[in-house]
Amino acid sequence: MIPLSYFLILSIILFVLGAIGFFIKRDLITQFMTVEIMLNAANLAFITFAKSAGSLDGQVIVFFIITVAAAEAAVGLAIILLVYRQKKTIKSEDIKLMKG
Amino acid sequence: MNLPILSIVTFLPLAGAVLFIFIGRERENLLRYLALFITIITFIASLYLYFNFNAQTPEPQFVEKSAWIGYGINYHIGIDGISLYLVLLTTFLMPIVLLSSWTYIQSRVKEYLIFMLMLQTGIIGVFVALNLFLFYVFWEAMLIPMYFLIGIWGGRRKIYATVKFVLFTMLGSLLMLVAIFYMYSLFYKATGTYSFNIFDYYRMILNPNVQIWLFLAFALAFAIKVPLFPFHTWLPDAHVEAPTAGSVVLAAVLLKMGTYGFLRFALPLFPDALQKFLPVLAVLCIIGIIYGGLMALIQKDVKSLVAYSSVSHMGLIMLAVFALNIEAVEGAIYQMLNHGLSTGALFLCVGILYERAHTRLIKEFGGVSKQMPVFSAFFLICMLSSVGLPGLNGFVGEVLCLYGVFKTNTLFAILGVTTVILAAAYLLWMFQRVMQGPITNEKVFSFKDLRVREIVYLAPIVVMMFWMGIYPQTFLRKMDVSVTHLLNQVKKKEAIFTKAQKEKETLPPSILMESEKHTEDTEKEEKESR
Amino acid sequence: MTEIFWLIPFIPALSTLILAVFGQKLPKKYVSFQACFAVFASFVISVISLIGLLQAGHEHSTIVKNLFSWIHAGSFKADLSLQLDPLSAVMALVVTGVGFLIHVYSVGYMAEDKGYTRYFTYMNLFTFAMLVLVMASNIVLMFVGWEGVGLCSYLLIGFWFEKHSAANAGKKAFIVNRIGDAAFLLGIFFIFIHIGSGEFRAINEAIGGGEITQSLATLIAILLFVGAVGKSAQIPLYVWLPDAMEGPTPVSALIHAATMVTAGVYMVSRMNILFTFSISAGHIVAVVGAVTAVFAATMALTQNDIKRVLAYSTISQIGYMFIGCGVGAYAAGMFHLYTHAFFKSLLFLAAGSVMHALSGELNMQKMGGLRKYLPLTYPTFLIGAIAIAGIPFLSGFFSKDAILTSAFASGQYFVWGLGIFGAVLTAFYMFRLIFLTFYGKERLEPEAKKHLHESPPVMTIPLVLLAFFSVIAGYVGLPVVFGKKLDFFGRFLEPVIEHAHEVHLTLGTEWMLILISVAVAVTGIYIAWVFYIKNPQTPHNLVARFPGLYKLLYNKYYVDEIYNTLFVNSTIKGSEVVYDHFDLKVIDGAVNGSASATNFFGKVLSYIQTGLIKDYALIFLLGAILLLGYLLF
Repeated sequence: MIPLSYFLILSIILFVLGAIGFFIKRDLITQFMTVEIMLNAANLAFITFAKSAGSLDGQVIVFFIITVAAAEAAVGLAIILLVYRQKKTIKSEDIKLMKG
Repeated sequence: MNLPILSIVTFLPLAGAVLFIFIGRERENLLRYLALFITIITFIASLYLYFNFNAQTPEPQFVEKSAWIGYGINYHIGIDGISLYLVLLTTFLMPIVLLSSWTYIQSRVKEYLIFMLMLQTGIIGVFVALNLFLFYVFWEAMLIPMYFLIGIWGGRRKIYATVKFVLFTMLGSLLMLVAIFYMYSLFYKATGTYSFNIFDYYRMILNPNVQIWLFLAFALAFAIKVPLFPFHTWLPDAHVEAPTAGSVVLAAVLLKMGTYGFLRFALPLFPDALQKFLPVLAVLCIIGIIYGGLMALIQKDVKSLVAYSSVSHMGLIMLAVFALNIEAVEGAIYQMLNHGLSTGALFLCVGILYERAHTRLIKEFGGVSKQMPVFSAFFLICMLSSVGLPGLNGFVGEVLCLYGVFKTNTLFAILGVTTVILAAAYLLWMFQRVMQGPITNEKVFSFKDLRVREIVYLAPIVVMMFWMGIYPQTFLRKMDVSVTHLLNQVKKKEAIFTKAQKEKETLPPSILMESEKHTEDTEKEEKESR
Repeated sequence: MTEIFWLIPFIPALSTLILAVFGQKLPKKYVSFQACFAVFASFVISVISLIGLLQAGHEHSTIVKNLFSWIHAGSFKADLSLQLDPLSAVMALVVTGVGFLIHVYSVGYMAEDKGYTRYFTYMNLFTFAMLVLVMASNIVLMFVGWEGVGLCSYLLIGFWFEKHSAANAGKKAFIVNRIGDAAFLLGIFFIFIHIGSGEFRAINEAIGGGEITQSLATLIAILLFVGAVGKSAQIPLYVWLPDAMEGPTPVSALIHAATMVTAGVYMVSRMNILFTFSISAGHIVAVVGAVTAVFAATMALTQNDIKRVLAYSTISQIGYMFIGCGVGAYAAGMFHLYTHAFFKSLLFLAAGSVMHALSGELNMQKMGGLRKYLPLTYPTFLIGAIAIAGIPFLSGFFSKDAILTSAFASGQYFVWGLGIFGAVLTAFYMFRLIFLTFYGKERLEPEAKKHLHESPPVMTIPLVLLAFFSVIAGYVGLPVVFGKKLDFFGRFLEPVIEHAHEVHLTLGTEWMLILISVAVAVTGIYIAWVFYIKNPQTPHNLVARFPGLYKLLYNKYYVDEIYNTLFVNSTIKGSEVVYDHFDLKVIDGAVNGSASATNFFGKVLSYIQTGLIKDYALIFLLGAILLLGYLLF
């Protein structure tokens, strides 16, 4: 058996990578991808705990997260598209409408 | 006839304002007449209250009580000898104020009238509310129309003035809200029931240390409203920038909400804390009297002169309230009415001058008496009323206030008596510079004397000034019982505290006194037991 | 007979009301008729009441009529209640009698004035207020009348309000009076606290019954006296009276000679039991009166404005009245009040006649030699001057002598000495006035000379009547040398004024004192004659030798300037400084400062709102970590 902690560590590494990636990347699409990575890290964590606790609750939650991720991807990409139409850029530094 | 007359008096203006929605804004004259009609009907309804008021009992009358939101938040209103006159003052002045702004307000007349009517409901609500939450709702509610009235139809610095006014007042009110909720929780801990009913709160005996904070919160809210020195700086700005009608309502009625608050809440609820802070408060009042008078002396703008004179007069009223004897408190209530009439009248007169000159600076005037003799006579009478000349209303109130203060503390009375000199100084000097002397400004020659409409709204005030000055019995006798009852409440609680101090008891946060009067429940019990 | 006495104040009141509301629409002739008639009617009723009192005898000498309860709250009670007794009867007669003559005179004097109706409205209002003052049965109602006459003084002094000087003078009068009134009010409060009632009868009973201590009585008496000092223009609150001459001359005659300014004397007499009980208060009253008498007389020596001389003379004469009251001879003080009303109003009205003849000139240096042109004004003026100088057989002699004798008898020689000195000065300045105006070279302006004419009968008849009374009025109060029985005046006032001191002087001393008074008066007249008739250069020479002294007197000791700088300007400047630096900078500063501070913090915090998604996400993350940390640990 692969020890549970390996999965968790993998999950953490994925999450941290996603987080760091989010702050390093400068364009919206890539930032979006990093968010997906973070979500999947969470998924992994949930499945791990589900397996260790022996209940299916964690796996059900994963389904929810996947659904939400999908919906979020759809909406988010639509927003990015609209932003691009308005601002002609997808560099997140240029989108500062909420400043102040 | 079992009409809920008090609710009618309170909400008729607001209901009338609702009618306005259905009338187009171009029909300005129709709107003006309609508003005037509504306020006059309200005044007549309030007269019913006066004539059917039972002056023998301190119990609140015309009480209406119905459940509202629950958890103690009920619709509970009623009046007693203290609030009766304040309600009458409001309903009396409103038609006059509307008449005075007939030609003054030319833009957005519909909104203006709606706000005035809303304001009237809010003000009357404050005076009649017997449920603390309801009181707070009305207290805040009257800020909104006032904010718009100053902010839209005001003078050059209207935005600054109105924002200052609203924020300053709200600061106090918010602290008061915290205090209200704290008392609410104390009451719940003591009895297990939820209530905002002031009569229930009157029965609470609070630990002195607890009282201090609660008192400070309430006192701050009311002190800002009165205004007591040093919380007075919103007043000159608000009064000067507001349109004439707004200034009149502000000075005549709104300021009284502060003094009323002290009488209705701060005194009977927290007598022990009051005693502790009495010296400080009294000193602030004295400073207000003298400082207000001196500041009034040097103002260059007539309106701000009258505004500072308000600070001075209100200082005397508050000093009398804090004297805690029947002469002083009756004098204070009487002075509240007097100040409403005389300062309101002074603002109306200033408004008349402004409508003709479009300036309020004293140096732009001079010799107006020659041009406007009838106005001069009215202005003189109003000014003398404010100075406190015997024969007019001001004297009766002033002498009772000063005597009551004198009974309690001679030094304060001596300092307070100086207002007699100061008021004469700043008012007569102003009158001389504005009305007397030769005409130095070309524009004065074009001033027309009073129109019929202006005489119509000034005359009732002048009549009241003489009536209140020559035969004050009409008004004083209805106050006796309520004022005595209030003072007894304060004294009884004080006795309990001094007894506890002597015996070195520490009181719990709150315990309840036995209530001396029948509540509805005990009445029912008695009926069933028979 | 006496039941209708309470109507006395209300007839003028009714007249005032009618004139105030309808006056502009009524014909001028009717206005003056109604105004004069109202005062005359009150006079008639006063006479009837007086007769009634005389008939009723000593025991029933005080009648009170309570009209209604006015102010009543707790223990403070003041009713609208009037009192008829010898003291108020005397005052009512003076006010309505002299007042009536002055009203009639005004018909002629004010005939050309545009404010004719307004004038008579105010005059009637004044009569009403003054009558309330003298007939009130409690001290609060007296205070109402007190302030009421102050109001009318303000209105009438500033009658020609388009003139700066007049408006100023009216305002000054009211405010200075108010200073005295503040003290009066405090006195009233002390009375209520310690005696429990403002009714004069109750107060007298309380004092007689020993309910208050000496020191308290002194305090109350001094407070009330300060009020009197303001109203009656004594040191230090006299400064409004000379300026009050801005008003029409009949106003000066009525208000600032005969009646309003004497209200203080009346009040002290009314409260005589209090003042007698408190010995120190009596001393203070007498000394203030004496010093004022001399001080004002010195200022009258150099004035060139004919009315100003009379104004300072009034201040001085009232000082004499206070001397009388202060030494316990209240009857003497009241007696002088009564005679003074006649000759002083005569002097003022005659001066008005002179001014009228000269088309408004009031500078005596521009007069001279008028006695041949004014055959009625001159003799009446002269009679008034003789009366005030205290020459025997005229009224002034009797009353002034009564006062000085009482002062001597009470052992207050300093006061007596000042009184005698004042008498010299009085005789001097009065006859200076006579000589400058009616004798000597004519120094008239050519315009004035062209229109020179004697006044119409409506003005000269009152003069003659007043002159008549100035002569005979004194005979109701003959000096004690002739036996007490002939002092009708004093005996009449007995029920009200307890004779605290009997005048115990030997007959010889009394005659001595009378001779001294007469000698002093004659001396004064002689010196004036030397100065202005025999050696007209003498005044100039004296001024050349003592220029500083002359300047000091001419500028009235610079008191007005001192008051202005010390009180008025310092208050105004001080308040302006406080306003600019405290109210605006500190208090408003705090308010605006809190707004700025909030603004500042808002700006600082807004740096977090960069608009960049990354930064928001960072904060998200940090927050989540913190929360996690808190939950775990």
